[in-house]
Amino acid sequence: MPNLPGFPSRTVPHKLVVGWFSFTCCEDSTILFTELLNEHYDEWKKIIEFRSAKVLKSKNDMTGLDVAFIEGAISSEKQAAEVKKIRENSRYVVAIGSCACTGKPSAARNDFVGPELNEKIRWYLSNFNYNQKVQKLDEVIKVDDQVNGCPMNTEIFLLTLQKYLKLFNINE
Amino acid sequence: MHSGNLDIEGITKIEGAAGLKVTVADDKVTDLKFIIADYRRFYTEAVKGKSLNAIPPFLSRICGTCSIAHLFASIEAIERSQDTPVSEQTMLLRRLVYDSFMIRDHALHLYFFVLPDVLGLDSILEIPDNPKDLGHILLHDSFEIKKVGTDLATAIAGAAIHAPYPTIGGFLKLPDDKIFPDFSRKLEDLRPRVLRAIKFFADWKEELIRNSDYLCLQHLNRYDFIQGEIVNSNGKRVAEEGFRDFLRTVVIPYSQSEGYIFSDTYEDYLVGALARMNLNKARLNPRTEKDTAPYLNFFPSNNIYHNNLAQAIEVLQCIDDAIEIMKNIHLTFERPPFKLPKAGVGVGVVEAPRGTLYHKIEVNNEGQVANYDVIVPTSQNQISIGNDLKKYFNENLDKDENLLKHEAEKIIRAYDPCMSCATNFLKIDWSRK
Repeated sequence: MPNLPGFPSRTVPHKLVVGWFSFTCCEDSTILFTELLNEHYDEWKKIIEFRSAKVLKSKNDMTGLDVAFIEGAISSEKQAAEVKKIRENSRYVVAIGSCACTGKPSAARNDFVGPELNEKIRWYLSNFNYNQKVQKLDEVIKVDDQVNGCPMNTEIFLLTLQKYLKLFNINE
Repeated sequence: MHSGNLDIEGITKIEGAAGLKVTVADDKVTDLKFIIADYRRFYTEAVKGKSLNAIPPFLSRICGTCSIAHLFASIEAIERSQDTPVSEQTMLLRRLVYDSFMIRDHALHLYFFVLPDVLGLDSILEIPDNPKDLGHILLHDSFEIKKVGTDLATAIAGAAIHAPYPTIGGFLKLPDDKIFPDFSRKLEDLRPRVLRAIKFFADWKEELIRNSDYLCLQHLNRYDFIQGEIVNSNGKRVAEEGFRDFLRTVVIPYSQSEGYIFSDTYEDYLVGALARMNLNKARLNPRTEKDTAPYLNFFPSNNIYHNNLAQAIEVLQCIDDAIEIMKNIHLTFERPPFKLPKAGVGVGVVEAPRGTLYHKIEVNNEGQVANYDVIVPTSQNQISIGNDLKKYFNENLDKDENLLKHEAEKIIRAYDPCMSCATNFLKIDWSRK
């Protein structure tokens, strides 16, 4: 079980403490995650603590996470600050889905050209403090693993989850 | 609460990000802002200049959970702009895909998001592990229901989210019809579970009586999510291509999404399962109608919590409709027609799980997208949600602040809003600036 600088040491094997977060995207991977619960709910409930997952619960806490799964691209400084806070509170971060891993398709606006188009979107960009460019996750924080796909590849997700369960000696 | 502010930064157990800000002075709500907080992705701008085949799979990415609705609305709009013929077999297969999509989507909302509210819990994760506990039984029902919905969509459309086979004019790949008997049996097995949910949500005595018009797509003789005319509770009806003229856009400066009111009366309205059940219950599948007869008496209803009951009945409707289709369909080999693109305008309107969804395409002489417009259900419901919340707060300001927050979240969840859908477009009426 890894003891990382800045995190309380972990000696007793218990549940893997995870968070599931969404930023700018269509949340298709979140929906797939809820679909995976069809098969894995009973098993995961024994070995995983979903400490933060707005799709599942109201009382969320992002501190002391072993793994943060983060879906979506980053559109603003507000989102960047939030994702940096998640990074500070997580031993490992996994980028989930195409928007987090590559920026696209949420970053489609980065390719927009032409003064008319820019003027049309300017109101939103300034009124809601958008960043000039949409960023993929590893442009904002350190990312330890990626589960690419639109939506995420569930086999890779399950293998990645397995990897962290093993890393934290939480398995079977 | 006599005076002060009540803020909910991130409403949970909904699709996407939203918040609420309420200002109270002298025992009265002086300001209420229901804020759609997802950042826009400007997809209707991004499709400009692109060729037609690329549009439906791209716009499917507007929303993960509503992806089939956007895919089908986009395909329908393009087909109408190009006068593309669509076979009866294709329409039946689309209905089948849509039924499976509704089963999965409604089940997610009802069991994962609303069920804890009914049980007085924060989350499905708090449901006891006891197999005899009703919450446990219902939750495990949901796993079976969602799985069959997802598997059926995958078998016919290639995937339940961002499906690759449906395309302009038909399907890129047809299913093997040998799978139908097995799926019919699985759907049949789900019926008792869904009936249990219908009773459960009917027994939930929660109530918020509201007052607005309702609007949905209405087929001549069946409960249909894809075909029909648009009707409202006053009996006014318009063809799909006239839908945009029916509405007036309202820019909501604090929200990432615009709102809508009727263009003639300037009144707000509601779309979604409650609207459909209020206006279309006489068109339900005969089996659904027979087995849900006691609950159909709840409709027409102005209780927003009956949106959940309407969704549960729609799950059964989709099961019965899918069984009927699979019993009667005989697949023959068909290929989507190949046509060189031409200039034209087309509108596609479908009922997404959360309500009426509108796509409009304008194609230029080069066969590329000149303009694209999308109106989603959550944007249409946004003004109603705000009005209903204001009503609730004004009637309950004597209650504890935490209770008010919790109840507000429950009301918002009952609408089943989808913020991802609501924030993908550029919707500023610059001519009115």
